[in-house]
Amino acid sequence: MVISPLRRKVLRDLRRLWAQVLAIALVLAAGVATLILGNGAYSSLTETRARYYDTSRFADVFADVTRAPRALLAEIKAIDGVLDAEARIVKLARPDLPGMAEPGSLLVVSLPDLGGAGINRLYLRQGRMPDPGSHREILLSEGFALAHGLGPGAPLTVIMNGRKTQMLVTGIALSPEFIYALGPGDMMPDPRRFGIAWAPRASLEAAFNLDGAFSNVVLKVLPGVPADRVIADLDRLTARYGGTGATARKDQISHAFLDAELKQLSAMVKVLPPIFLLVAAMLVNMTLSRLVTLEREQIGLFKAIGYSSRAVSVHYLEFVLCISLIGIVIGLVAGAWLGAGLAGMYARFFSFPFLVFTRDPQVYGLAALVAVTSAVGGALRSVGQVARLPPAVAMLPSAPPAFRSRPGRFRPFPGLRQTGVMIARHLCHRPVRTLLSIFGVAMSVAILVASLWSTASINLMVDVTFFRAERQDALIAFATPRPVRAVFAGRSLPGVLVAEPFRTVPARISHRGLSRRVAVTGRPQEPRLSRVLAPDLRPMSMPETGLILSQALSGALGVRPGDRVTVEFLEGARPKVTLPVSGLSIGYVGLGAAIDLSGLNRIMGDGMLVSGLNLMIDSAGQDAFFAAVKAAPRTEFVTLKSMTVTRFRETLAENITVMITVYVSLATIIAVGVVYNFARIALSEQGRELASLRVLGFTRREVSGILMGELAIVVIVAQPLGWAIGYGIASAMVAAFSSDLYRVPFVIGRDVYATASLAVLAAALGSAWLVRGRINRLDMIRVLKTRE
Amino acid sequence: MDGETKTVLRVKALSKVYQTGDVVVPALRSVDFQAFAGEFVVILGPSGSGKSTFLNIVGGLDTASSGQVWFGDMELTALDEGGLTRYRRDHVGFVFQFYNLVPSLTARENVQLVTEISRNPMTADDALALVGLSERQNHFPAQLSGGEQQRVAIARAIAKNPGLLLCDEPTGALDSATGVRVLEALAQVNRNMGATTLVITHNAAISEIADRVIRFADGRIAKETVNTARKVPAEVTW
Repeated sequence: MVISPLRRKVLRDLRRLWAQVLAIALVLAAGVATLILGNGAYSSLTETRARYYDTSRFADVFADVTRAPRALLAEIKAIDGVLDAEARIVKLARPDLPGMAEPGSLLVVSLPDLGGAGINRLYLRQGRMPDPGSHREILLSEGFALAHGLGPGAPLTVIMNGRKTQMLVTGIALSPEFIYALGPGDMMPDPRRFGIAWAPRASLEAAFNLDGAFSNVVLKVLPGVPADRVIADLDRLTARYGGTGATARKDQISHAFLDAELKQLSAMVKVLPPIFLLVAAMLVNMTLSRLVTLEREQIGLFKAIGYSSRAVSVHYLEFVLCISLIGIVIGLVAGAWLGAGLAGMYARFFSFPFLVFTRDPQVYGLAALVAVTSAVGGALRSVGQVARLPPAVAMLPSAPPAFRSRPGRFRPFPGLRQTGVMIARHLCHRPVRTLLSIFGVAMSVAILVASLWSTASINLMVDVTFFRAERQDALIAFATPRPVRAVFAGRSLPGVLVAEPFRTVPARISHRGLSRRVAVTGRPQEPRLSRVLAPDLRPMSMPETGLILSQALSGALGVRPGDRVTVEFLEGARPKVTLPVSGLSIGYVGLGAAIDLSGLNRIMGDGMLVSGLNLMIDSAGQDAFFAAVKAAPRTEFVTLKSMTVTRFRETLAENITVMITVYVSLATIIAVGVVYNFARIALSEQGRELASLRVLGFTRREVSGILMGELAIVVIVAQPLGWAIGYGIASAMVAAFSSDLYRVPFVIGRDVYATASLAVLAAALGSAWLVRGRINRLDMIRVLKTRE
Repeated sequence: MDGETKTVLRVKALSKVYQTGDVVVPALRSVDFQAFAGEFVVILGPSGSGKSTFLNIVGGLDTASSGQVWFGDMELTALDEGGLTRYRRDHVGFVFQFYNLVPSLTARENVQLVTEISRNPMTADDALALVGLSERQNHFPAQLSGGEQQRVAIARAIAKNPGLLLCDEPTGALDSATGVRVLEALAQVNRNMGATTLVITHNAAISEIADRVIRFADGRIAKETVNTARKVPAEVTW
């Protein structure tokens, strides 16, 4: 095969300018990789979820009742729009594991009589389904089974309704309901302390005294039917049986967490790739326009000997296409590799029976197309210049850079040394390039600011939630509300220093057509352990009458302090009252409403009841406390703050290390790409001047100081701009992430700006150091013998 | 000629060999030379005769393969890179065929570039006045004619009060009339400041304004002529 001379020139140019080519290609590659990673992970997660939901017939509506007769199921199935319904028993139980000091919990869920059929079908990972007639056989969720090394055939003692029962694990399963298996009161899944056990209905009916009754119902709704309408009908039916209000799939915990993850991914796809592609286009523009200036005479020669303008333009376009090809290949490989890593991370967090990591050629094709478009877009101006350059003009050397003083416009820069004046004039001489470079470096700072802030924000969340608001060491949640004397029982447990009661009642709060289903928590007037904090973090007293709403809830309902809201309690006599909003509190997870405990009990009218206790425990008595709780006959759910916080921190630390590595690498790619190319182009333009200065007796250090000075100004001016852009991106992300489930506090400390700037400065210094060698090797004699 | 007794530049058995791959090109072959304080020397010779190599080594831009060069008491051939930079900075003024001005600095600033780093400089204004460019001091190189640019280059070269003024084809890119003005500037500087001046040229006519004419051929000094009667630049044409 004969390679045409122009094409051979492309290859030689690529080899000659390899460092600059690589720097640009890497920026482009980062764009391609983040695009593939984001889109790939997004479609992978969406598709996995969709396929899993579909094959397992994941429910659309979920409702809890205290005890409803199975006969009600027929009525529920008859609700207009309901495709199918399944009545279940869902109760909390406690595993009795000798190797585990702290109390854990198991959510026991009844299996349909038909075994594998029905709604929320299980995916059997190992072993077999329990025998429907057996009262001793259970399936365990995969995470919990793995955490405790329990497989098919293993015995497990479970305390159900106060009775210890020896069970046999027949298999390990996954359910679409618990893809993200979060224990009540936890912020991160902890498969050691929380798991799910499935058992035949008959055995649970017996264990929980629910013969012919159920405690939970799940519904499949006909496609196109709004879940809200079905929920309204369902709530009417279940109200008599202690129904606490049904939730749609969108509010189901596991589903909502998956949704939040998807939201973050889609935000990443929207923010990161465009930054890289924009910077890449800018670098192509800068580099190619310098190349065309340098090769002006060659361009004239090509045209003079008969190459068409088109052929010469295409030659430069091919050069750019080669750069994009290199970028695309690196980006595709990196994207696929990172994608596999991300899929692994999902596998750890989310219990899917399978993970569809889509290698959709469309995603790859789109990424490649976008990369080529941005590179070619950056090249258009220079290529147009090549096409328009008349050969006779091109073959003349280009005019020297026209620094001209216009009358009245001469700026002497008083106080600067002449080398400083050179720096200032060079930067001002090509303002567009200088500004673009500043913008490029600023984007690398921005990427870091926009990613690093979350650490501080999460720390604030932990600090506020666990150390200022929730100051208890342990929380005991009773399966059903108990009389107030339970407080004294709690206080007498070994190790307990303080016991503070609370009562939570599910309720629907509404205001002018907007409504939310929340848990209203009654607390003592001056709570000490579980406090409600005002936005300025001061603890709030419970008002005599009225509600304190979390800021998220007040935002969702559009209410301000002083407004009155309708509260429909969904328990007991289901009282419906109108209460004033007496204050707003801060809160990051979920929607919250707080009220005075006595006030709540007065409204409920069912006596002085409490749903649980917040406890302060003497650390020396902790083991005794654990033992006492485990031995207690009644089923109660215990949350341990230290474990929740530790687990939360561990998980985050792991993810944050990965995240910071990825983002710092991405920012470094941009910073190096911009600074290195800027330096190489500046050196190419000023090499002659700098060599002349060496002849005049300037030292190497003084001469490289001129170029380094230009770089320093670009990099330093870029910092505040980068901080501002990063702040903007971060605040947009906060707005995008905020949901009823999460509310991320937006704090960017000085350390975030400092870290971002230090990382970018280090990258800039590194690239400057690479160029410095070239300045030191400037050939003094050659420049004296040649005309520019 | 005055001050002939004091030797400013002494070159002994100077050789320079360029080697690229297997090809060895001798550029200078054992050159001996002396220049005296205030002397105006014109160096002639065809391309490749070694005159530029000679000037580069004497100016501290290049190093010798063998032999020795002294500037006063300083042995240039014993200096390292830093020492040569120091030598250029303190003692040598350069004027080149293509001026090599910094395009982003005005005439005055180009001169200040040097006065800022020199030990004993004259003011930029004085230097520009000496070459007759006081009026144009705030112009950028792109706004000056070739002759004017070269005179700025001369002002920049002499502003440090150099002991040695080295000019490589200073009129090579100029027409005859402009070239004469540049030569006048050089001659005047040589006369007023007493800097030993070495001028490389292809142009034999210029040799008439020199005290001494050296002719290079094949890496050696082939001929040396002392001008008994020096012409002034205005009397020279080409």
